[in-house]
Amino acid sequence: MAEYEIPNELRYTLEDEWVRVEGERVTVGVTDFAQQQLGDIVFVELPEVGSAVERGEPFGVIESVKAVSDLYAPVSGEVVEVNADLADHPEHVNGDCYGDGWMIAIALTDLSEPDGLLDAARYRKHVEERSQE
Amino acid sequence: MSALRRTPLYQLHQKLGARSVPFAGFEMPVQYTSILEEHAAVRRAAGLFDVSHMGQIHLSGPGAVASGEWLVSCPVASLRPGRVRYGLLCNEAGGVVDDVTVYRLAADALFLCVNASNVEKDYRWIVRHAREGARVEDRSERCGLLALQGPASAAVLARVSAFPGPAMKRFAFAEGPVAGAHALVSRTGYTGSDGFEIYLEAGCLEPVWNALLDAGRPLGLLPCGLGARDTLRLEAALPLYGHELDDTTSPLEAGLDRFVKAGGFLGAEAIARRQAAGRARALAGFVLDERGVARAGYAIRHGGRDVGTVTSGAPSPTLGKSIGLGYVPPALAAPGTRVEIAIRERAVAASIVTTPFVKS
Repeated sequence: MAEYEIPNELRYTLEDEWVRVEGERVTVGVTDFAQQQLGDIVFVELPEVGSAVERGEPFGVIESVKAVSDLYAPVSGEVVEVNADLADHPEHVNGDCYGDGWMIAIALTDLSEPDGLLDAARYRKHVEERSQE
Repeated sequence: MSALRRTPLYQLHQKLGARSVPFAGFEMPVQYTSILEEHAAVRRAAGLFDVSHMGQIHLSGPGAVASGEWLVSCPVASLRPGRVRYGLLCNEAGGVVDDVTVYRLAADALFLCVNASNVEKDYRWIVRHAREGARVEDRSERCGLLALQGPASAAVLARVSAFPGPAMKRFAFAEGPVAGAHALVSRTGYTGSDGFEIYLEAGCLEPVWNALLDAGRPLGLLPCGLGARDTLRLEAALPLYGHELDDTTSPLEAGLDRFVKAGGFLGAEAIARRQAAGRARALAGFVLDERGVARAGYAIRHGGRDVGTVTSGAPSPTLGKSIGLGYVPPALAAPGTRVEIAIRERAVAASIVTTPFVKS
């Protein structure tokens, strides 16, 4: 079975996004499991800085060679930064999903909201359940 | 729901790290490592595909060739033994039942290589419309098929077999041993690059696959899945049944005129009638002028209104931009025409171009 990197210090969603919490600002991307499942990423569509995102609602789109997938906001808030490099280098999502492949930064509406996200151990369980077929 | 079928190489594919997806009733590898890497391997060196899901329908007996001539849009009676032609099986309305390659085995024998999704439909169609004296046999179950594609294909094949040799012409075939197994090898393919298709008894697939992989790796060969097969065929603007072609499409609308003979085949009259009435639409290739990926089903727009539909679209790894095929009114099919593709809520600029997108 494939190996998936799941850093302990991050929070996760059931939709395979990761969240790095730094005070009232969180950074968001897709997990190693997600990028491996998707395959070569060729296009990432992100919202504009200043737009509002709502937890559980799509905030963007990620496209691999074969498929289009929605990106779901892990928390609610305002987009304060987007990774503009992904326009020219969508492959960063494959090469460095927790680093250069980050997608957006959000200013939290509710500082306690990330507490409801999965920790690394629970997310690992979620991944393993789906990779047992 | 019926269970998915697997080719005899399924376990090997899994060991190679393949991600498998359902395709035409089979569980097939879509990629091993990366569609982009596999695509590049075929354009630069070679790729090996298991396409054993495809079907083979044999016709034999005194009525075999007459049946082929009647059933397929390309000339079959004039096809010499050892040669292959591409053609269409058409219905009475001039639509496409399937697109096939016809292999002339002998004076009174030939076989059609058909799409996996259409094997049963084609078999019933052929049995129903074959001429007197033709025996029709579906050998899909026991026939395996490997596609060895890319500029290094001939060199790879030469490493495992003295046969058939680099002298084999395009659209020719011959029978002989490949890595110790009896094979029928044709210089054909579905990638737009040079290459061979190797028909084997299903039980012989594994040793031949392994031998070709071992011989080819040092030359840059990679095992390739259906993902790369799709981007490769799209760069070559080769139609895919169910996308560019279906039971209602005229082969002439699809731009396949050169595979349609003047008459004397099932569907010819309807095709001529539709042609005389003027083509309603034409298949055109386009390149996106902006970022994004056009996908099958997206609208093609011109002058603020929908004028057609994308049938296939993908990023072209060779060109570094997105390409696609779609049906538009004939007046808008000329290269240079500016259109837009409706990608979600955006209208993305695109230009009609001549196909193939990538020449090899």
